[in-house]
Amino acid sequence: MAQAAQKTRVPAIEGWFRMDAAAPCLIGSRCLSCGSLFFPKEAAFCRNPDCSGSEFEPVELSRRGKLWSFTDNRYPPPAPYVAPDPFEPYAIAAVELAAERMVVLGQVVRGVGTERLRAGMEMELVLDTLYSDDAHEYVIWKWKPVAA
Amino acid sequence: MANDVAILGVGMHPWGKWGRNFVEYGVAAARAALRDAGIEWRDVQFVAGADTIRNGYPGFIAGATFAQALGFTGAPVASSYGACASGAQAIDVARARILAGLCDVALVVGADAAPKGFFAPTGGDRPDDPDWLRFRLLGATNPIYFGLYARRRMEAYGATELDFANVKLKNSRHGYTNPNARYKKLFTLEEVLESALVSDPLRLLMICATSDGGAALVLSSMDYARRHSRNAVRIAGVSTVTPRYPNTLIEMPNFATDSAAVVSPPDVGFRDSIARAAYEQAGVGPEDVDLAEVYDLSSALELDWYENIGLCKPGEAERLLRDGDTTIGGRVPVNPSGGLACFGEAVPAQAIAQVCELTWQLRGEAGERQVAGAKLGVTANQGLFGHGSSVVVKR
Repeated sequence: MAQAAQKTRVPAIEGWFRMDAAAPCLIGSRCLSCGSLFFPKEAAFCRNPDCSGSEFEPVELSRRGKLWSFTDNRYPPPAPYVAPDPFEPYAIAAVELAAERMVVLGQVVRGVGTERLRAGMEMELVLDTLYSDDAHEYVIWKWKPVAA
Repeated sequence: MANDVAILGVGMHPWGKWGRNFVEYGVAAARAALRDAGIEWRDVQFVAGADTIRNGYPGFIAGATFAQALGFTGAPVASSYGACASGAQAIDVARARILAGLCDVALVVGADAAPKGFFAPTGGDRPDDPDWLRFRLLGATNPIYFGLYARRRMEAYGATELDFANVKLKNSRHGYTNPNARYKKLFTLEEVLESALVSDPLRLLMICATSDGGAALVLSSMDYARRHSRNAVRIAGVSTVTPRYPNTLIEMPNFATDSAAVVSPPDVGFRDSIARAAYEQAGVGPEDVDLAEVYDLSSALELDWYENIGLCKPGEAERLLRDGDTTIGGRVPVNPSGGLACFGEAVPAQAIAQVCELTWQLRGEAGERQVAGAKLGVTANQGLFGHGSSVVVKR
């Protein structure tokens, strides 16, 4: 009898975050010339107009931040989003990272709707499934209220 | 002013879902603008087209497409793309040619045939394109970004769902008799508040639709306008600014803002810089503005624009709306055309349509939606990937 194979967990996009369920974090880049931070990472040119740096090092971004704003998808987004059928609405958060002075978007974990969100809330980065196929579970970063 | 160009003629093809080729809308708008200007197509010395990316190759070379449809005359062309700001880019190219003395009279045309529903990225598997990735990894549709801005107003300034609904109602009152509008309907508060929630807090009737439509301008040097004995309304400033690094507001289609950890943010943020650049060219300020056409991609976003174009300070837009200042008859009416709420967005035509409306208003030809005594107007708009768009039009 065939056994249901365990799906392989793979990142939905390579190199944007650390695949460590216990301590995930986004991976940006730092310009070796001026120190500016970028997410998603830059690898070829520095976007600071006063810097012509072309070398970067990877940098792990803060795992926590404050909720700047939030909204949700009540209807399935169009392709290339892989929307489950039936579609389940989900929230999207914009979270401000203090040290990086940067706002980063992410889906909010399943089960946390906009009614449970307020600007200023402490949010934490987690890993969760974006979508699956027969063999793979594609993993993405999401935001989760620390208090939840 | 030495940097003014005359708006000799304006024309539009009505907005709607007509199911025809975008070139037809552009040609109809161009012919209307030429008629309004009282000149012949053969008099046009330069054609500036605003591109559409959803209609195949003819859309990418819109200037030549419209010129060929009107009948090639040998006139030089340019085709511009700046997302929702494409129209302003085309206006700016035509204006620059005129001010440089390279031509006396130019035709600016933008038209679109838009798909139904959410805008989606162009096709294919393109994991290095942020516009593709935002859909793939986040499902971040355009209304997601509008929803973030709307919720931010609620959290930061105490805006309410009722405020957003009232922007929609104001614009539908302004525009429901506009012959070029798509939605010629007086919506009720109940209809708006009971329409489906799309991206909390925004409901379907607070989010602009995608439309077919076309708009065109005939621009000329001030000398040429005088020779045609026309006391023309003029363009006194065109802004096509980009952001200054670091841009600290999350913008479509980005995943994150720039970081302000190393380089401090500019004194004036991107959105505030858009109209400001046009004001500076025109030698005016927001206090001189009699009316404005702004990009109400969502009803909530119109409130952001009140502040961004300097009609009030941050956090005061709701008061302006509630006091009726931005309604026709108020201190500074906004979107007397009905705005995107009544039109829906025909991307490359929209910034040109804003200038058509200001022209009719400043000529006193706006009929039921006329803003009394209007002398100076401003448009504001923004295209994704860092395109500012603002035009100052004056009598």
